[in-house]
Amino acid sequence: MENYISMRNISKSFGKVVANRNINLTVKKGEIHALLGENGAGKSTLMNMLSGVYTPDSGSIFVKEKEVRFASPKDAIDQGIGMIYQHFKLVENMTAAENIVLGRRTGLFAGRKALNREIGEISRRFGLDIDPGKKVYDMSVGERQTLEILKVLYRGADILILDEPTAVLTPQETSKLFDIMRRMKEEGHAVIFITHKMNEVMEVSDRITVLRKGETVGTVDKAETNPKLLTEMMVGRPVDLSIRRVKVPKGRKLLEVKSVNAVNQYGGPVLKSVSFELFAGEILGVAGVAGSGQKELCESIAGLYPIKQGEVLFENESLIGLSPSAIIKKGVSFSFVPEDRLGMGLVASMGMVDNIVLKQYQSQRGLFIDRRPAVEKSRQIIESLDINTPGIHHPVRQLSGGNIQKVLLGRELDSNPHLLITAYPVRGLDINTCYTIYDLLNREKEKGVGVLFVAEDLDVLIELSDRIMVMYNGEIAGIYDAEKCTKEMLGLLMTGNKLEGTEGLQ
Amino acid sequence: MDGLISFLTAAIVAGTPILFATVGEIITEKSGHLNLGVEGLMMMGAVMGFSVGLSTGSPAAAMLAAMAAGATGSLIYAFLTISLRANQVVTGLALTIFGTGLASFLGQKLVGQVAPEAIKTFFKPMVLPGLGQIPFIGQVFFRQDAFVYFGYLMALGAGFYLYYTRPGRHIRAIGENPGAADAAGVNVTLYRYAHILAGGALCGLGGAYLSLVYVPAWQDNVTAGRGWIAVALVIFAAWNPFKALMGAYLFGGLDIIGFRIQGSAIHISQYIIDMLPYVVTIVVLVAVSMKKSKEMAPPKHLGLPYYREER
Repeated sequence: MENYISMRNISKSFGKVVANRNINLTVKKGEIHALLGENGAGKSTLMNMLSGVYTPDSGSIFVKEKEVRFASPKDAIDQGIGMIYQHFKLVENMTAAENIVLGRRTGLFAGRKALNREIGEISRRFGLDIDPGKKVYDMSVGERQTLEILKVLYRGADILILDEPTAVLTPQETSKLFDIMRRMKEEGHAVIFITHKMNEVMEVSDRITVLRKGETVGTVDKAETNPKLLTEMMVGRPVDLSIRRVKVPKGRKLLEVKSVNAVNQYGGPVLKSVSFELFAGEILGVAGVAGSGQKELCESIAGLYPIKQGEVLFENESLIGLSPSAIIKKGVSFSFVPEDRLGMGLVASMGMVDNIVLKQYQSQRGLFIDRRPAVEKSRQIIESLDINTPGIHHPVRQLSGGNIQKVLLGRELDSNPHLLITAYPVRGLDINTCYTIYDLLNREKEKGVGVLFVAEDLDVLIELSDRIMVMYNGEIAGIYDAEKCTKEMLGLLMTGNKLEGTEGLQ
Repeated sequence: MDGLISFLTAAIVAGTPILFATVGEIITEKSGHLNLGVEGLMMMGAVMGFSVGLSTGSPAAAMLAAMAAGATGSLIYAFLTISLRANQVVTGLALTIFGTGLASFLGQKLVGQVAPEAIKTFFKPMVLPGLGQIPFIGQVFFRQDAFVYFGYLMALGAGFYLYYTRPGRHIRAIGENPGAADAAGVNVTLYRYAHILAGGALCGLGGAYLSLVYVPAWQDNVTAGRGWIAVALVIFAAWNPFKALMGAYLFGGLDIIGFRIQGSAIHISQYIIDMLPYVVTIVVLVAVSMKKSKEMAPPKHLGLPYYREER
């Protein structure tokens, strides 16, 4: 088989941080090649060099046996390389068609009819479903991704790079994406698929290249490997992949949410008569497609989002109308890890100490801030969570994503909450840190804390939670015993389908 | 009726410098760059246009000089904010102070000088054959000077360019999401430089209209805050050159309404009148932000620097 891509001895540093060191990668025509590695292993950096966004410090790139040098993404597009970025590169207030022709050297004037016809043809060939006249801001995440794929195919790309494409998709959307990928493979395209989800690698790829800490560990055929071996390659040592579910006797009722309604800034409903109960010593998992009301639900319990109607009772006292700080004092702790990880909760340019003071100063008296308790706490958190930082006063922005999240979680847990609300606590973390955080949540549960755990990874939700609540479009699609849940069933509920004969699961 | 026609005719004349500056700023902001140096760019265009016009007597040379001055001024801004990624607000404010100061300095010897006859004659109101005969509309819109006609064409052309051509679509995409445009193979840096310079040139033309046609003599601080009105008008027009065309003449009307009212029996303080354009802008801002229309929103990446290799 012909080599479509070969990258030889590629190195790239950002300042003092070496992101890629002498990496080698070969991708053949008509294969799906998975690029596997933990966060910070250098997968995205490597692919950004292949798509012309970054320039390698050293090493060479060959496309179809010819050496190339990319000065910009345009050069890569001209060589038939199309990248689908993790954070979609779409212009929101333009239509699908306008996004597709962006950057194309068509005539000076934008002929719309011919364009729509061409788009229709490509859609049919690859089984992509898109309305060319629809504005991007009206599209779901799945549609946006389809649009991204259509965009690169329209440009005649025969080498496609997908950067963690499944991170935001439901299981059903994911399997649809895999069908599209297989279709591309049949057409003789090469597909590079970045991920850290083992089951997806095993399902769809032909060969797998594993990166670790910026270096190539090796390339293997899927037929000759298994998830356990791949994880060992990825992490560098054997890892136990099972999450233990701690059995804790059901405690008293901590939180009761009764038909809560809330609206967004445009007046549209974001929460529609949401009701549930949360008990002490329980992890209640929350599943749902991004933007189904999870964030609003968490925030309205924490007093950060206005509730239009309904009741929130915490230890039989209403939380409605209380200020966020009063709610914190009652023992509710809230940590939300947004997509950019720093958007909420921590002040990026401050060090650990000052970030802890932020939450703590209110319990202090007097005009001046006493930093000594915070210094002490910082040291404890570093110790207990194994945080890697140059110092407690070092700006948190400069820490790696995983360490930032540990700081945030450490601070929240430090207040000894009765109720811990945590959304996406492992977003973008490497396997080891994920397990540290799952352990932390289990430890809190054993202490009798109630945990509301919003997450994306359905496997983890099923393994870690006691019960799972599925949200769809601002409504509760159902609350189920986690041990009886399957991924497929959650996926259906997440996309608004009704289940039959499952009443017994609740 | 005649009073109304003469008021509207004058409103269009008063709105023309604002129109050039507004469309210039719209083109700049569509590229994602907020240039608050409009006032300074207008001043630079006003002084260069006037002094070249004075020494050559050629309207074309004067207009070219004004455009060159505006473009040069915005080149400083473009270099600082695109290439050096300096803060756009600070750079723009500095450009206003710089441009105003430079114009006052260069204009020291010009104070009191009157625009040459050749230019005044060239920019005399002329009745367009046919169109000028239409009752009311023709009387208001088509008995103007050449610069005003050029203004119509410029604004319509800019609107057509932004919404119906390929480069126009690219620049809108850059203002919304430079990363997406870059990944699609659009040369973000080149596009931004080109449009910021073009925008600056239009601001310069707006200034030249003031010193060469509107006044037409050199006086210190000839723009008198019109650059700021233009910045406000960009929001009023929702970043749309077609709407800017209407907005500029409305604001032109607000600009001269004071003189007209003084002649009549109504007594309103001049200071209240001077506030009108800004009051209208604030009202529009409130209305727009309450409506939250995605079509009326500013370019999403406005004011933010773009660096491809940023992590």
